[in-house]
Amino acid sequence: MQKNTSIKITSKKLNIQECYDFVQDVSCGGIALFVGTVRNQTQDKAVTLLDFSTYQSMAIKEMQKIADRALTDFHILKIAIHHAEGKLHIGDIPVIIAVSSPHRKAAFAACQFAIDTLKETVPIWKKEYFADGEVWVNAHP
Amino acid sequence: MKITLLFFGILKDIIGDTSKELQVTESITVDGLKTHLLQKYKELNNFSTFSIAVNEEYVTANYILNTNDVVALIPPVSGG
Repeated sequence: MQKNTSIKITSKKLNIQECYDFVQDVSCGGIALFVGTVRNQTQDKAVTLLDFSTYQSMAIKEMQKIADRALTDFHILKIAIHHAEGKLHIGDIPVIIAVSSPHRKAAFAACQFAIDTLKETVPIWKKEYFADGEVWVNAHP
Repeated sequence: MKITLLFFGILKDIIGDTSKELQVTESITVDGLKTHLLQKYKELNNFSTFSIAVNEEYVTANYILNTNDVVALIPPVSGG
């Protein structure tokens, strides 16, 4: 059976074209692409860099579950979920999700499901660095 | 019985280590382990909202641990 999911965690620069090329297919009328980017501030405080750490083996499993569920629950053909680890600077890309589908609505819906679920379940943590210190995001309820 | 603990994110900084081996009583539940850990590591008490994964799968409070389980303490995630 042809592989319909591409899951990756890497310390190298994420590649939008690679995700696009993986999901692209002649049977599909559209591709939804979500690209996360490192923004320059959090609550009016200037961010200098982000450091992503992962529980890599489990994170891969959880990302695979999201991709498999997206294939089951939405009328899509392929999905790629790639996440970066290590230090990222302003404008860098921590996450890419690409989804192809015969029709656009399913692609949008599956893409949103994937990023929303990733942010809730996948064991990845980011530390924000400021000029005067650093903080683990979400660590303090 | 012996289990291995893994620490991630802020918990890694608080404990000052990425993993530790721990002796626990047979048939301890995840909830029981959590109570034990909060007593053993007082510094965890401010961060008691962590989840637990056993052998790379999330488990609930009544899950019963086995010898040689790899138990990860998962603070609130912030990927994406």
